[in-house]
Amino acid sequence: MLENFSFRTIVEYLPLFGQGLVTTVWLSLLSFAGALAVGIVLSAMNLQRGWLFRVPAKAYIDAVRATPLLAQLYFLYFGLPRLGIILPELVVGILALSLNSGAYVAEIIRAGILSIPRGQVEAGVASGMTYVQRMRLVILPQAFKVTIPPLLGQAIVLVKDSALLSLIAVAELTRAGQLLASDRFMPAEGFVTIAAFYLLLYYGLKGLAALSGRWLGLQPARSSI
Amino acid sequence: MIWQQLQSLAGSYPLALRGLGMTVMLSLISLVLGTLIGFGLGILRTGGNRLISGLIGAWVDLIRGTPFLVQIFLIFFILPELGIELDAFTAGIIALTNLAACFICEIVVAGIRSVPTGQVEAALASGLSRWHRMRQVVLPQAMRIVLPPLVGQYVLLIKDSSVVSAIGLTDLTRVGWLVVQRVPNGLLVFFLVGLGYFIVCYPLIMLARRLEQRMGAAHGEVQL
Repeated sequence: MLENFSFRTIVEYLPLFGQGLVTTVWLSLLSFAGALAVGIVLSAMNLQRGWLFRVPAKAYIDAVRATPLLAQLYFLYFGLPRLGIILPELVVGILALSLNSGAYVAEIIRAGILSIPRGQVEAGVASGMTYVQRMRLVILPQAFKVTIPPLLGQAIVLVKDSALLSLIAVAELTRAGQLLASDRFMPAEGFVTIAAFYLLLYYGLKGLAALSGRWLGLQPARSSI
Repeated sequence: MIWQQLQSLAGSYPLALRGLGMTVMLSLISLVLGTLIGFGLGILRTGGNRLISGLIGAWVDLIRGTPFLVQIFLIFFILPELGIELDAFTAGIIALTNLAACFICEIVVAGIRSVPTGQVEAALASGLSRWHRMRQVVLPQAMRIVLPPLVGQYVLLIKDSSVVSAIGLTDLTRVGWLVVQRVPNGLLVFFLVGLGYFIVCYPLIMLARRLEQRMGAAHGEVQL
């Protein structure tokens, strides 16, 4: 019963929760870096005129968006060994998160670039700029600004998604809650505590997103996270 | 060897159908309930009562700030401690409905706020009651903003339903997990699982895109 909610046990397990939190943070950071790399490559492919790069990029993005992360995670977890690639669970998890979030990041970057008014491009052309100069000096600096808040929104999604890695036995925050639940039969203590830690991360990132919007002089966009 | 695997896979198609059925049922029930509750919450949230609006806002933030997996565990393991007995299916429905309702609430709030105040004032001046204002003036105009992300939300809901496999429900993802223990070909098995979701989700993604374009075009917003 909840009258017996044991703060003492939570304090006792605090080092475990701390480790889990630290693992969740750094594996999310690594995955986000991976997602940025995947997203930049995909959006560059997606903005090409020729179909050779555009079609595979689009197909990849659609495939990722139309299937659950958990199925993708299991695809890699059970599928990679089949190809003779044996990786630790943690690496498989980071790979899955990067490949999954990368597709969403690609869409954010593409929307950012397409949000630049055509007049800007035309002005660049009229000033005799080359394609690379236009991209580097006109489009990307403006697009960069617009993409920061939605990218932080994607970071929030990624942190929450990382909880699924507990299902392939990665020792992150949710796993710490599961351990407390199964070792001591205290699911309430375990899961309420990790929920609090996730909320901490959520409000931190949300605050950062709001701040970045103000720094960049953007309207406080209502993100759909 | 691949032939044997294919045969073994073909043998487990009744299981796969059951899994697909479970995924569709979970998604459909929580989609309908979540939409109804979400609209109700959204209308209450914009209703002007500070206390109710604040409470709904806080709850939505709690749900948006925690992983869905953690929410399922909380519902499945803690409600029984409070004396509410429930099986995995009910727990899954509650968790999914709650998640959908919270996200749809936010979408509805954004839609209602997008309606110009002049419209509401005109309705007030015409002597329409609160209910009629909402039903005949505000909501029809809000739907233009609400519809595309609403369909997108349904896709998220179907995908999130895969997470309930963690409490032992035999949905499509769980079936993949079960089959891969017998047929050791993770690539093939989870490709097929993914295909199952893709067939359901992809048309909805396309629909959301079309709606977005059409709703934008209908109001003469030029996409640059």
